[in-house]
Amino acid sequence: MAKLTEKIVAITGNAAVAQAMRQINPDVVAAYPITPQTDIAETFAEFVADGLVDTEYVTVESEHSAMSACVGASAAGARVMTATSSQGLALMWEILYIAAGMRLPITMTNVNRCLSAPINIHCDHSDSMGARDSGWIQIYSENAQEAYDNVIQAIRIAEHKSVLLPVMVNMDGFIVSHSIERVELLDDEVVKRFVGEYKPVYPLLDVENPVTHGPFDGLGGFYFEHKKAQIEAIERSRKVVLDVADEFKRISGREYGCFEPYRLDDAEVALVVLNSAAGTSKCVVDAMREEGYPVGILKLRVFRPFLARELSEALKHLKAVAILERATSPGSFGPLYAEIRSALYDLEARPKMVNLIYGLGGREFRPEHAKEAFGVCLKVAQTKRVEKPLGYLGLKEVEVIS
Amino acid sequence: MKIKELSATKERFTSGHRLCAGCGAGIVVRQVLMATDKPVVVCCPTGCLEVSSTIYPSTAWDTPYIHNAFENAAATLSGVESAYRFLRKKGRIDREIRFVAFGGDGGTYDIGLQALSGALERGHGMVYVCYDNGAYMNTGIQRSSATPRGAWTTTSPVGKVIPGKTQDRKDLTACVAAHDIPYVAQASPSHWRDLVTKARKAFEVDGPAFLNILSPCPRGWRYPGSQSIAVARLAVETCFWPLFEVEDGRWKLNYKPKEKKPLVEWLKPQGRFKHLFAPENEHIIEEQQAKVDKDWERLLRLCGEA
Amino acid sequence: MKEWRAEKLMPGALIPVGGTARQYKTGGWRSEHPVWDERACKQCFLCWIYCPDGSIKVRDGKVIGIDYDYCKGCGICANECPADAIKMAEGGEPNG
Ligand code: SF4
Ligand code: SF4
Repeated sequence: MAKLTEKIVAITGNAAVAQAMRQINPDVVAAYPITPQTDIAETFAEFVADGLVDTEYVTVESEHSAMSACVGASAAGARVMTATSSQGLALMWEILYIAAGMRLPITMTNVNRCLSAPINIHCDHSDSMGARDSGWIQIYSENAQEAYDNVIQAIRIAEHKSVLLPVMVNMDGFIVSHSIERVELLDDEVVKRFVGEYKPVYPLLDVENPVTHGPFDGLGGFYFEHKKAQIEAIERSRKVVLDVADEFKRISGREYGCFEPYRLDDAEVALVVLNSAAGTSKCVVDAMREEGYPVGILKLRVFRPFLARELSEALKHLKAVAILERATSPGSFGPLYAEIRSALYDLEARPKMVNLIYGLGGREFRPEHAKEAFGVCLKVAQTKRVEKPLGYLGLKEVEVIS
Repeated sequence: MKIKELSATKERFTSGHRLCAGCGAGIVVRQVLMATDKPVVVCCPTGCLEVSSTIYPSTAWDTPYIHNAFENAAATLSGVESAYRFLRKKGRIDREIRFVAFGGDGGTYDIGLQALSGALERGHGMVYVCYDNGAYMNTGIQRSSATPRGAWTTTSPVGKVIPGKTQDRKDLTACVAAHDIPYVAQASPSHWRDLVTKARKAFEVDGPAFLNILSPCPRGWRYPGSQSIAVARLAVETCFWPLFEVEDGRWKLNYKPKEKKPLVEWLKPQGRFKHLFAPENEHIIEEQQAKVDKDWERLLRLCGEA
Repeated sequence: MKEWRAEKLMPGALIPVGGTARQYKTGGWRSEHPVWDERACKQCFLCWIYCPDGSIKVRDGKVIGIDYDYCKGCGICANECPADAIKMAEGGEPNG
């Protein structure tokens, strides 16, 4: 592993996240290993064993207990972090809603991996997409640098007094988590100052002022109103995400928004992508631009809260858009497509849209797939007709016995 | 221990909770909490006690309280206790705090067993109390692995061919003792002095402690609420629910009935066993009695009393 | 937080004060009520330790009666009193 004092290092996405966690030095971490997240759990255990962090590390017996312990520790008044993937996130599912509903600012890295069956350990976004209604803020990262930067920013977003919600930072399993990349690490002191000291609002451990966390709020109660208040909190996070990004720029020089347009202004067709596929797609954009094609991309960074107005603003001038989706909702379209399409519905003139599923179970996303996607868009733009709203990129030729 | 002195401790489980009249859980919680003067943080899994004690905006807990979900009280409290250890280490909390979970048999024997086992193995400083009323009472009396054989429940109904629950109950206290934690005990609210003494020990050991406490349920067991303590006492006198403790691996019997009563005396007052008294089902009572006898003999051996 | 009301929503449905259940009087649930006889009472406190609802009133180390605001009329106290100093009487109301 690269030396801790170096500013520019060559490390994997997982190592970058572990470094961010070391620098944040959270009060409690409760985590359970799962491929491809495992070496975050391992590396952080080494930090604990070497006394590099002050963290109480709860080596739980499952992800369900990991998130449950995070809820307990966060309600108690601690700054809490965890990390997971795939089945682990699925096992946490019940408690994800509770963490958000109890307004606990837990920060979790999710190393995106597909869901069984068949079992497969490689990347797609079915795990985090499945958790999209849980009330967590969701941030996606193109590469190791972004994952590192996002984890640090997530602490400030989650703990902001007007937000108090858990944040999930996503990065692609293996593609980013296990690839060695150039990463600029901030100084430990800089991160420490940036995240500041955590001041909980109504900690359970304030025994002089006993509070009740997680009451029963039934028919005669205020469940609906409490949910509405939670919705307002995630609405407020839109501004906080940008404010924190501004501040982060001041310490890092790196710029973040809720999404990143790439050669989009003068484009006629574009792809919308999440995570690492953005890198490949950007290269293809550059190459196709050389050949005169009016192509661009929009890389979504923040999926929750969903930026319907801003996205429709950014995409409205296009003739055709392909939503590239590394997840499915069998029997329907992918979730990203459904949401972006509906965001554009009220525009007077709007681009035609297609949903292209790619990369399930870690199937490689190659430049030719991005090219194929642009090809579909260009044809739709030309004919002004969508023949097939739902397509697939990179499927092998097979015979299917139904 | 003087009962009058106990009455001077602050009631941290207040009146105004909405447990049924005569519910054993209220008695269990009161008796456990009177065993310590230190601040206590309470965690309940989903269950009767949880819904009845915290109907928003009312809370019967005059002490910090958290509920998370059904199967994760031990994991939740692990997190709370870890936060406490961190804050103590940092000098941001300077007083001793105790941690207690009150789970029903559903949240403890069944759906919460994994989280409990994990927390025990990790050695968190917490007292886990199971108030065992022998079925999922909160959802309306469904069988659990704590339900005694032969009992009627809504998911082990008395039908034309199957007469109630066909399996024996799980010996959870022994399962927990096998984790080799500092303190494990079985208690009954009828024997309050024994119970409070055990709770005191549990609160003072270094590491996890577990109390399995019988919690009579008038609705589910089908007897009048006034009999809750009487029914609990009969469970002890018939050796259905022996009082014992396992302290640092040493098993000790805390109460030996002068005369071990026949099990029917405990079964008789409970409507959930009514069908067993039909001639065709009497063999079940005999089998139940044989099981109680066998378990009792084994316990005597473990406790060096045989 | 003394002035807290249910409509003042805290983050996460948190209840910022302890013991607010005391405002909910469960005495209305009774269909029978216990009657305590001071002269017969031996001050053993068994009723107090067995009451699920903390409804045996104690003052200065003495049992002084029943808290009808919360007593649900379960009858455990009457059943367990070794001195027969508590008897259940018909109806929910002690004077009705
Ligand atoms: S009748 Fe029940 S609730 Fe009322 S005081 Fe007696 S034991 Fe308590
Ligand atoms: S149980 Fe009976 S004798 Fe004992 S204190 Fe209560 S009323 Fe008095």
